[in-house]
Amino acid sequence: MDLVQLQRQLVEYRTSLYHEGFLDEQFTQLQELQDENNPDFVVEVVSLFFEDSERLLNELTKALEQQSIDFKRVDAHVHQLKGSSSSIGAQRVQKVCIAFRNYCEEQNVEGCLKCLQQVRHEYSLVKTKLESMFQLEQQILSAGGSIPM
Amino acid sequence: MVMAGESQFHVLAVDDSIIDRKIIQTLLKTLSYQVTTVDSGAKALEFLGLHQDDTTNPNTPSPPNNHQEVEVNLVITDYCMPGMTGYDLLKKIKESSLRNMPVVIMSSENVPSRITRCLEEGAEEFFLKPVRLSDLSKLRPLMLKTKLKDQNQKQEEKAAFQSPKLQQVEQKQQPSNDDKGKAIDEGLSPEKKN
Repeated sequence: MDLVQLQRQLVEYRTSLYHEGFLDEQFTQLQELQDENNPDFVVEVVSLFFEDSERLLNELTKALEQQSIDFKRVDAHVHQLKGSSSSIGAQRVQKVCIAFRNYCEEQNVEGCLKCLQQVRHEYSLVKTKLESMFQLEQQILSAGGSIPM
Repeated sequence: MVMAGESQFHVLAVDDSIIDRKIIQTLLKTLSYQVTTVDSGAKALEFLGLHQDDTTNPNTPSPPNNHQEVEVNLVITDYCMPGMTGYDLLKKIKESSLRNMPVVIMSSENVPSRITRCLEEGAEEFFLKPVRLSDLSKLRPLMLKTKLKDQNQKQEEKAAFQSPKLQQVEQKQQPSNDDKGKAIDEGLSPEKKN
């Protein structure tokens, strides 16, 4: 595939991520902060998000496996995940977190377990999509092109 | 009008989220501020040279900074943090010798009573997360105002030790404190509005 095609594919892919609600305006804000002085900013922040989310998902799984569930603890983890997904613009993950917190407040175990499953799913989706997008960007850069905004 | 000088403003950012620390650091650097980030209120107090139970008599004059070498011009802190919340940190700073330090709170939750409480405790601003560049452009006038206030205070303290004649001359050259509105805002990088 030539450079122009790659660039077009990237733009289309990115646009679809916004349309499908995977990413929101906040992701755009992060892209706008990236420049020659900070060329890997978006990848760096997103990598931090991946690491942090995986940690939180593990903690959530453990917390919900307990005989006697500490809902305050579960809520604290979800609050963190909600915050970080909001900070990078991972809208669908954020939305599940909101529902998740409501179940925590109600101390609804089933609801919480359902949300955990959902949030894992949404997280894995956005992770895959962002990784694909970064791969496309790398291909463009390697071909000597620049990333279209 | 007296400019606060070409030295950079130094912002101390406090947030327990590593992602948010990275973002706020980049936002502040984009605005040409010097930035230090810490992950807790306790570390913030340490960096500021305050001990956790450091409350001084509010009637003693406050020196501009009483900590190590680095001068901090503003503290921006997340509200929800384990251990010491942003509100607790705000309170401790306002009860210390650094009570003139501008403090700004950030929160992911829009809770009116929380906002009021923080503003009443002396927070200059309250930003909802995710914080934008446009929010942070409000910081410069806050830091400028405090720097001018500190400079004037220094001038007054100096004048107290000088001869009456010199005092008269100094008074004529005293910069006015009412220049808040004239604080020059350097051009910020344009942001797209959607």
